[in-house]
Amino acid sequence: MAQKYLMKGNEAIAEAAIRAGCKLFFGYPITPQTELSEYMAKNMPKREGLSLQAESEVAAINMVLGASAAGARVMTSTSGPGISLKSEGISYIVGSDLPCVIVNVQRGGPGLGGIQPAQSDYNQATKALGHGDMHLIVLAPASVQEMATLTGEAFDLADIYRTPVMLLADGALGQMMEPVDFEEKPHRALPKKDWACTGHGGSRKHNIVNSLYIEPEVLEKTVVDRFKKYEQIEQNEVKYEEYLTEDAEIIIVAYGITSRIAKTAVRNAREKGIKAGLFRPITLYPFPEKQLDALADKENIKTFLSVEMNMGQMVKDVKLAISCKKDVYHFGRTGGVIPTPDEILTNIEKYVGGAK
Amino acid sequence: MVVFDKPKALTETPFHYCPGCTHGIVHRLVAEAIDGLGLEDNTIGIAPVGCSVFAYNYFNCDMIEAPHGRAPAVATGVKRADPSKTVFTYQGDGDLAAIGTAETVHAGARGENITIIFINNCIYGMTGGQMAPTSLIGQVTTTTPYGRDPNLQGSPLRICEMLSTIDGVAYAERVSVDNVKNVLATKKAIKKAFEIQQKKIGLSIIEVLSTCPTNWGLSPTKATEWLRENMIPYYPLGVYKDKTKEEGEQK
Amino acid sequence: MSAILLAGFGGQGILFAGKQLVRAGMELGKQVSWLPSYGPEMRGGTCNCSVNVDDDAIGSPLVTKPDILIAMNLPSFQKFEEKVVSGGIMILDSSLINIKTTRNDVNAYYIPATRLADENGLKGLANVIMLGKLIRVGSLMDYKFFRDSLQASSPKSKPMLGELNCKAFDIGYNYED
Repeated sequence: MAQKYLMKGNEAIAEAAIRAGCKLFFGYPITPQTELSEYMAKNMPKREGLSLQAESEVAAINMVLGASAAGARVMTSTSGPGISLKSEGISYIVGSDLPCVIVNVQRGGPGLGGIQPAQSDYNQATKALGHGDMHLIVLAPASVQEMATLTGEAFDLADIYRTPVMLLADGALGQMMEPVDFEEKPHRALPKKDWACTGHGGSRKHNIVNSLYIEPEVLEKTVVDRFKKYEQIEQNEVKYEEYLTEDAEIIIVAYGITSRIAKTAVRNAREKGIKAGLFRPITLYPFPEKQLDALADKENIKTFLSVEMNMGQMVKDVKLAISCKKDVYHFGRTGGVIPTPDEILTNIEKYVGGAK
Repeated sequence: MVVFDKPKALTETPFHYCPGCTHGIVHRLVAEAIDGLGLEDNTIGIAPVGCSVFAYNYFNCDMIEAPHGRAPAVATGVKRADPSKTVFTYQGDGDLAAIGTAETVHAGARGENITIIFINNCIYGMTGGQMAPTSLIGQVTTTTPYGRDPNLQGSPLRICEMLSTIDGVAYAERVSVDNVKNVLATKKAIKKAFEIQQKKIGLSIIEVLSTCPTNWGLSPTKATEWLRENMIPYYPLGVYKDKTKEEGEQK
Repeated sequence: MSAILLAGFGGQGILFAGKQLVRAGMELGKQVSWLPSYGPEMRGGTCNCSVNVDDDAIGSPLVTKPDILIAMNLPSFQKFEEKVVSGGIMILDSSLINIKTTRNDVNAYYIPATRLADENGLKGLANVIMLGKLIRVGSLMDYKFFRDSLQASSPKSKPMLGELNCKAFDIGYNYED
C-alpha cells in the first residue's frame, strides 16, 4: 500500500503539483489558500522549482502566461477575489492556447465577502472566467486525496488540450486534513510543445504566442477550432460519481465538499426509508449532462435536488442537462455557511415525491 | 564597403506604422543590437498592447503578445522558466507607465534580468490620440481637449528618474530618435541594455522619446521639432542609472 | 463512528490535539478527517476543530453533532453543550469552566487540565491532558497505541517534548474525578 500522509488539502495540491513536474509557481497571498503558496515557497527551491510571490494577482497570472509560453509546467492559486483579478490574464491564456493550472480555493462573496468555504464562484468558473467565447476545464475535488489526484490530471489535461485547467476547491477542502497518498498514476501521452517560445536556435521559423486576430474571419476560425477542441473534451473527459442512484426516487446533485455532506444525508434518508441517491459531478466543465439526462429518463427517478453552497448556480445546469424533464429544486447555504446533513435531509423529505 | 541591409532579427513583414512614426527606427535598432550581440536564436520578445502590438510579426525571434501593461510580468515568467534566454519587452507609454506601472516597478524591484524598450511619445496612438501618463502639461489630446491640466489630470511621469531609485534596476537611460546623432546614441544605448542583461545584474530600461505625427496632428518634420522643443526639456536625455559604473559617475 | 469537537481559546493547542487524534486514527487504519476553524479568530479568539474517526468514508468533515465534545473554556462549552448527541461524552477543563452541564443524557467528565498542567510543570500541555482523559473514556483506541503515536509524532529535534507529552497524557489518563 502506498504511504499515506496526513496533509491539508492546500498542501496536497502543492505536493501533487511538484510531483507532476510543475516547475514554476506564481502566487499572491489570500485566505484560504495560504498553505498552498507557503508549501510551494518552502519546497520548490529544494526540488528544482521556483516559487515567486508576485506584486498582484494580475502580475501572477501574467507570469504564468510567460512561463507557459516558454514551455514550462506552471501553476497559480488564489481565492475568488484573486480570480476576478486574474480573469484578464486567463482570457489571454485561453486565447493563446496555453496550458496551465489555476486553483481557486473558494470563499464567500461577493466583494471581500468572507473567508469561510463557499461554492459561489461556480458560475464564474464554468461560464465567466474571462471575456470572449471561452471555457476552461474545471475539476472539483471532494477530498484531500482528490485534491492530489486531480492536480496531477489537471496538468496532463492542460498539456493535452493546450488549455488552462481550473481546480475549483473551497476553504473547507483547503484547510482540512485527511490521509493522502501520491501514488504514481501512469501519465497520459503528452504532445510535444513545438509551439513554445524557447528561442528558435536558428533551426525553425520564429514562434508566436498570441491572442490577437484583427480579421474577424480569422478570429472566428481560431474560436471555432477551439470549440471543436471543447467538443473533444466534452466527449472524452467528463468525470462524475454516482452513489445509490439505481433505485433512487430523488437524486441529490452536489459537488466538492457539499457532495460529502449530501452523501451522509443520503445515507440518513435511506435509513428512514427514503430512496435517495447522489450524483456528483467531478468535472464542472465539461458538465456531465448526458449522464444526468440518462438518470432523468429513468422511471423511478422523479426529482432532482441541487445542493450547493450558494444561492443556486449549478441548479440551472442541472435543469438544462435534463431539459426540465423532471422537477429540479435547489437547496443552498451561502456566505461561508456549510450545510448540515440534517438540513439536506429536511429538504430531501420536503421534495421527495414533488414539492409539498 | 558598407551595404545597407535588413537585420536578421527582423522578418520580411512590412511595418504597418504611419508615415513619420519612429517605431520603425526603434524596431530596427533593437534588431541591430540583437544581431550585433548574436542573440537572435536565443531571444524571446514580448509585444505590448498599443501601436506596436504587431511587433510579434516584425521581430524574427520567438515572440509573445502580452495583455495591456503586463509585458514585464510575462517577461518575468519567461525568464524565470529559462534564465539562459535573452528576454526583452517593447512597450509604449500607456502600456508601461499607466496600466502597467505596477508590473514595471516590481519587475525592477525584483531585479529581473530583462530589457525593456520603452517608447515615450506622450500619447495613446492605437486608440487614436488620447492622453498618456506622459502627456505634457497643456498638451491637447482627444481626452484633454482643453490641454492637460495638472489639477485635473495630474502631472506627467518621468519613468527613468523614478526607476533609477530602485535597487534592482541596473541600467536606465533616456534617448531620443529626433536626429541622426540621437539615433546613433539610441542604438548604443539599446546594445548596452542587452549587454547588461547578459551580465545578470538587474533590469535594464531604455526610454526612447518618439514622435506620433498622426495623433499629434503634425508633419513628420514638425513632429521632431515638437519633440525637441517640448519633450526634451521635460524629459532630459541621459543615463539615470548604471550599475556597471561607480556611483560618482552617474548623473 | 466518532465525531469529535475540540474547542477553546487560540493558543491552547486545540488544533494540535485534534491532529494527534487523526494521526493516531490514520495509523490505526481508520478513516479520519480534521477540519479547523480558520482565519483571524485563530490568533487569540475562540478556536475549534472537527475531528472524525470512522470505519467508513467520512461524509461531512464538519462536526455539527459531536459524539464527543472537548471544551477548554466557558464560551466554547456554552456554545456546543446542546449540540452533543444524546448518550455522548463531554470532557471539560474544570479549571476554566466553573459550571456543570445541566444535561443528564450525556456522560460528562470534569478535569482541571490547565491547573494540573501548571502544577506538574507542563504549562501549555493542558490539551494533551485532555487527550489522556479522552482515550480513557472515549473507546476510540488503545492507551498504548495512542501514547506511542503521540511520542513518535513529536519532532526529533525536541526529544524532551515527546516525554513531556507522554507525561501530560498519563496525568489525564489516570485522573479520577
